[in-house]
Amino acid sequence: MAKPDFNVPRLAEYLEPPQLAPDAMAGSKPFKASRQHQAALGFPGELVENWEEVAIAKLGELLGKYRSLRVYLDGCVKCGACTDKCHYFLGTGDPKNMPVARQDLLRSVYRRYFTPAGKLFPKLVGARDLDNSVLDEWYSYFHQCSQCRRCSLFCPFGIDTAEISAAAREILDAIGVGQKYCNEILGKVHAIGNNLGLPGAALQDTLAGLEEDVKADTGVDVRFPLNVEGAEVLLIPPSADFFAEPHVDGLIGYAKVLHQAGITWTLSSYASEAANFAMFIGNYEQMRKVALRIRKAALDLKVKRIVIGECGHAWRVAYSFLNTLAGPFDFLDRNYPVPQHIVEITHDLITRGAIRLDREANDHIKVTFHDSCNVARASRMGDRPGGQFVLPREVINASCNHFHDMDPDTIGERTFCCGGGGGLLTDDLLELRVKGALPRMQALRQVQQEHGVTHIAAICAICKSQFTKVLPFYGFPMDAVVSVHQLVSNAIQLGAKA
Amino acid sequence: MQTVPLLTVICALMLYAGAAVFLLGLGHKIVWYARTPAPLKIPTMPAPTNGIGVALRMAREAALFESLFKSNKWAWLFSALFHLGLLLEVLRHLRYFVQPLWGWVVLIQPAGLYGGFAMVVGLLGLLARRLLVARVYYVTQPSDYLMILLLLGIAASGLSVTYLDHADIVSFKEFILGVLYFDWQPLPANPLLVIHLVLASVLMAVFPFSKLLHAPAVFFSPTRNQVDNARERRHLAPWAARLEAGLNK
Ligand code: SF4
Ligand code: SF4
Repeated sequence: MAKPDFNVPRLAEYLEPPQLAPDAMAGSKPFKASRQHQAALGFPGELVENWEEVAIAKLGELLGKYRSLRVYLDGCVKCGACTDKCHYFLGTGDPKNMPVARQDLLRSVYRRYFTPAGKLFPKLVGARDLDNSVLDEWYSYFHQCSQCRRCSLFCPFGIDTAEISAAAREILDAIGVGQKYCNEILGKVHAIGNNLGLPGAALQDTLAGLEEDVKADTGVDVRFPLNVEGAEVLLIPPSADFFAEPHVDGLIGYAKVLHQAGITWTLSSYASEAANFAMFIGNYEQMRKVALRIRKAALDLKVKRIVIGECGHAWRVAYSFLNTLAGPFDFLDRNYPVPQHIVEITHDLITRGAIRLDREANDHIKVTFHDSCNVARASRMGDRPGGQFVLPREVINASCNHFHDMDPDTIGERTFCCGGGGGLLTDDLLELRVKGALPRMQALRQVQQEHGVTHIAAICAICKSQFTKVLPFYGFPMDAVVSVHQLVSNAIQLGAKA
Repeated sequence: MQTVPLLTVICALMLYAGAAVFLLGLGHKIVWYARTPAPLKIPTMPAPTNGIGVALRMAREAALFESLFKSNKWAWLFSALFHLGLLLEVLRHLRYFVQPLWGWVVLIQPAGLYGGFAMVVGLLGLLARRLLVARVYYVTQPSDYLMILLLLGIAASGLSVTYLDHADIVSFKEFILGVLYFDWQPLPANPLLVIHLVLASVLMAVFPFSKLLHAPAVFFSPTRNQVDNARERRHLAPWAARLEAGLNK
């Protein structure tokens, strides 16, 4: 790990709101999308000439399309309840990272152009003209929101800053100022089928390699099928699962579970990616286009069920939006929800005794669990509210003997984002990512000291990559993060039918 | 017919204007909120899986400020004091508007008297929080202070006519009923009462243009009023359906 050119926050015993450090993160800006990245998504290649007009027109359009935006821009009373809830504020102290202040960056412009009070008395209500400095702030601070919705949980009106920052990013794209990381990735999904730009042949090789590895490891022929027509299940993992550590151990876990349960399954090279980065840029049409790949793959491969791998925002898009974007799914087996999460499958198999796990296989580690923001506050698992907290923990507890939860204020619905979500998992935002991880690192340190926890299990590709990157900054080993299905993979008894 | 004093005319017209702006402005906003679709399912989870659950969630949010309680106990306390006080006062003020009086309005009169004090304490607490907590101070705009001052003015003038400079309640009620039924009766010439009426009219008039819109907003917030049933029921906004039809061609 190279020495960072910023100060890594110290982990205190308790998480206290920091002193305000105005403009501390004003310089944090992700790389801009190139002309090509923009063009691939149908966005202007550079700042359009009459950008102020275009931006206001876009805002007007969005106000007509999204009730959330309209209600949230009007409804805030500046009560301040959300001000100490954002991990980016807690980690940076920059007041513009307080959720309400972040919203105000857009609200001030909304008021100026769309409300009588802002038109007549701008100073009084904090309304301001859209100019270059505002644009600069938008680009900076709307790329310091991981759209984790922690603020929305605590707001008396449920005001969701994620909705605001997604709208702001959509405006930015419309005037030609896109973010490289998200837009480049979306281009790859359209062109190749996954975020990593991994073509079908390479995927085939990778999967063959995994089959060999598992065989060498266990002596069992666990298959990793690709494009198999007529399989029962179409499995759609985040593409990081194909090679990144510890993601790939999770993929091996899914394969072992499905193998052992005797469920036929397949991956699709056409839809080899569960992630849908269009959500991060707030663009409904892009999001729909990406989601329709899944529908087409399911139709082409004539599967009966769609199952999503471990990925937080992908699960949000799948659980909450897929039916809207790409439904109805009446061609699938209606005995199962569409889609299902791999944890739902594994949990059900464990409950029914259809797979057996040997907890002692994980006795060398002590585990805690990081609830991903998108799974926790934007989706569900199982048939009861809150199942997204219960099911993964039950799967983990069935796979290992030593599990300890972190501080209740930092898990479940109150969980903190890993610091890398929402399209910010890019090295040009490293300082933000490291600082934004502070609340999670603090809670991890606490269970490390109190319970000797050695590993943090995650259920999201972004969380896993982010932790791998930032753990060392706080003195943890980078491999202290594990996939939930990695624990399952270690513990599952292959061959021994229940 | 006796001539109506000028002050009465002015106050009556002001009340009509305030009420008209309030009703039309708020109605306009509500229609706008209701007409704007929420194209995606975005309830803050865990969320109820049926309509009854959502109704209960909204009731807890509107009546108990559930999320604020989760969030910040001081803000909750002051906010709850203020809103409870306001509610009591509004109910208590019904006695000026209905004739013959409803029994329960008579019953709550004593409790209602505490409402004004609860409002003042709550507002002062909220003001102190705004000034003393650096984070809240940072996000406060002049209009936020003005709103607190306006509400404090209403509460203080109201308490004053009740406790310091007793207004003639009977003729005040005649005035209010006169305004309601367009049969104007003289307003008791009490300066504090006039101030109270002026400020109340201002409050009504600014309501639809200010953050007081949080009152309807809480009911229209998709993160709070949506049912968690995305997998079971397809949710499609009209504009999204049109988009779909166009794209599928
Ligand atoms: S909690 Fe909600 S109403 Fe309060 S300041 Fe934050 S966004 Fe505004
Ligand atoms: S959504 Fe998350 S990252 Fe964005 S402002 Fe709210 S708490 Fe912060």
